[in-house]
Amino acid sequence: MSKLEISDLSARVEDKQLLNGVSLTVNGGEIHALMGPNGAGKSTLGYVLMGHPNYQVTGGSVKLDGVELVGKYPEERARAGLFLAFQNPVAVQGVKLSTFLRTAYNQVHPNEKMTIQEFYDKMKLHMKKVGLDESFISRSVNDGFSGGERKRFEILQMVILRPKIVILDEIDSGLDVDALKMVAEEIKEYYNQEVGFLIITHYQRILKDIEPQFVHILIDGKIAMEGDNSISLKIEEEGYDWIRGV
Amino acid sequence: MDVDFKKDEELEKLLRDLKDVKQSDYEFHDNIKPVYSTGKGLTRETVEEISAIKKEPDWMRRLRLKALEVFQSKPVPTWGPDLSGIDWENTSYYNRPDERRTNDWNDVPDQIKETFQKLGIPEIEQKYLAGSVAQYDSEGVYHNLRKVWEDKGVVFMDLDSAIQNYPDLVKDYYCKAVPVSDNKFAALNGAVWSGGSFLYVPKGVQIDMPLQTYFRMNGEATGQFEHTIVVADEGSKVHYIEGCTAPRYDKDSLHSAIVEIYVKKNAKARYTSVQNWSKSVYNMPTKRAWVDENAQMEWVGGSLGSKVTMLYPSSYLRGPHASASNLNIALAGAGTFKDTGAKALHFAPYTSSRIVAKSISIEDGKAIYRGLLRVNKGATHAKSKVQCDALLINDTSSSLTFPHDEIYEPSATFSHEASVGKIGTEELTYLRSRGLSEDEASSMIVLGFLDDVMKEIPMEFAVEMNRLVKLEMSRYGAVG
Ligand SMILES: Nc1ncnc2c1ncn2[C@@H]1O[C@H](COP(=O)(O)OP(=O)(O)O)[C@@H](O)[C@H]1O
Ligand SMILES: [Mg+2]
Repeated sequence: MSKLEISDLSARVEDKQLLNGVSLTVNGGEIHALMGPNGAGKSTLGYVLMGHPNYQVTGGSVKLDGVELVGKYPEERARAGLFLAFQNPVAVQGVKLSTFLRTAYNQVHPNEKMTIQEFYDKMKLHMKKVGLDESFISRSVNDGFSGGERKRFEILQMVILRPKIVILDEIDSGLDVDALKMVAEEIKEYYNQEVGFLIITHYQRILKDIEPQFVHILIDGKIAMEGDNSISLKIEEEGYDWIRGV
Repeated sequence: MDVDFKKDEELEKLLRDLKDVKQSDYEFHDNIKPVYSTGKGLTRETVEEISAIKKEPDWMRRLRLKALEVFQSKPVPTWGPDLSGIDWENTSYYNRPDERRTNDWNDVPDQIKETFQKLGIPEIEQKYLAGSVAQYDSEGVYHNLRKVWEDKGVVFMDLDSAIQNYPDLVKDYYCKAVPVSDNKFAALNGAVWSGGSFLYVPKGVQIDMPLQTYFRMNGEATGQFEHTIVVADEGSKVHYIEGCTAPRYDKDSLHSAIVEIYVKKNAKARYTSVQNWSKSVYNMPTKRAWVDENAQMEWVGGSLGSKVTMLYPSSYLRGPHASASNLNIALAGAGTFKDTGAKALHFAPYTSSRIVAKSISIEDGKAIYRGLLRVNKGATHAKSKVQCDALLINDTSSSLTFPHDEIYEPSATFSHEASVGKIGTEELTYLRSRGLSEDEASSMIVLGFLDDVMKEIPMEFAVEMNRLVKLEMSRYGAVG
């Protein structure tokens, strides 16, 4: 069973301190929600966990299955089983979606031999499930995709790459009700006792479909409160002020 | 829309076959002593000697001597890259590898054959080509044309053989589109030229498979001066390809070719060249096409390696509705100066031209786009579209654009677009977060940048470009 252990993690971008000692553990089979007001540092945490070069770790550690990730390249983290669905996935002009995904797949699962035909079949099956038309296979990565299409593609990448620990950053934004349902179904189908989820959101919406066992509230780069899903319901009604007051 | 995996599968297979190729696979050199060399330096005697060895007709000898005078009278151009490193005195202008020329690979001397085998040439011929010529240093060593095309009257051989076998045909075209007075390097070629190909496609003959010439420059501090002529007679169709490589030496070598293409009425010609020169080569070819009424000319070029390259394939649109397109990729690695571009000259009504130039600069590599668009008075309704995109890999990389327009016809329409970009951290991080290494991610981004050109060139050559770009990218590693 996999385990992501974040201990006392601090980080900054340029001279701006954004994370101030975050500790959080996600085990396989668990669903965690990370909530917090705009600008709290939620996306920053995702980037730092993934090893984005613009963010500098100033203290603490991140371990995946006991192995330290701090100092490792993003690709090493991906190959170790970590996955981040970006809040705003970037477009990469001219890079064909299928070429990108297959290259990534071969890197993450070097010992699995899947023919191109099998790979296409699998891609097409899941594209259907997340609601992406087959024609997207030949399009450039995220190029000209709507916000919602980008989110669907993030989930497609997740199911194809089969990570052990999944961070979903605002996966619900940009999706209408029906789309959210499809995406949530796909996430639930992927969810099992081996996989741990950290769902970053500031709406309660997605948490109705995918119910977390743990909720963490991030304010000013620190975990301000933790508990079960009842916190998210209270935030839905009252916002974050009552937590700041604690 | 049904999306098929077959094309990806084919591409992946090709790439896998080519996976372990290293730059050194191109840069190796053979210890072959030329059987004949004119030695170092260039005088009237050198030129006479070359002509005598080749037992040329007198008209050619006289043209050579005239060209030598032009060469000696013209100064080295100073408006572009620094050419002061060309060591005119210490260059050998003619090296002949072997006496024989053959149309059977088995008869090619072993070591030369091995070189071409290492480069995969005979295999490519078998799979993809209608005909092929191989040149080693100054001379063609092999040429072959599939019988179906020979029977239809197609002529494809090295230019020296063509002068012996078809002197009148050659004379009609030799140095008509590119007169030796054009520039110093064309004049030099006119004086000492050797090798190159002659391709004649008769009226109405449409060849579906490409024909290729492969040039291998082996000697150190030598010059390669091939002259290539392609004639697509009325209503014909042809795709001609050139590949070039050279080993790496400490002493610089000079490559100064002439390529002349004649696209007659209603004909269609495509010229593709993939050049991967080593970093000690000055590459200064002059390439030009005459495009007649309703004919189409397509230039596709990938220029990698070399120390300095100055290359501006030109299209002279001479008849109504003639069109030219120019797709060019220039990669300027460390220490390389790429001064490349295209010229389109509209002389007739309803002519059109399209130029897409993409450049990539790595480390201190410098890529310059230099273009000319000229529309003469009377070339009514001429149309032109120019697009130049530059990608800079490192902070020290640079790129500049010098478009030059001379428009004398008010009804002409034209547009210019230019962009300069860098490989973004966000794109790199995104790809890497999915498991791609930095090298893989950056070469994927670079190939993505080139994609709109790659899509238009035949798959095997896109693959070759793909591989060369990846090679070049991985040699410099760090990106940022
Ligand atoms: N690259 C950056 N440079 C400067 N400030 C940044 C950068 N990235 C994020 N920030 C700032 O850090 C804070 C936290 O951002 P973020 O992690 O995106 O918040 P959240 O996802 O919780 O809304 C914000 O104030 C944001 O403006
Ligand atoms: Mg955010």
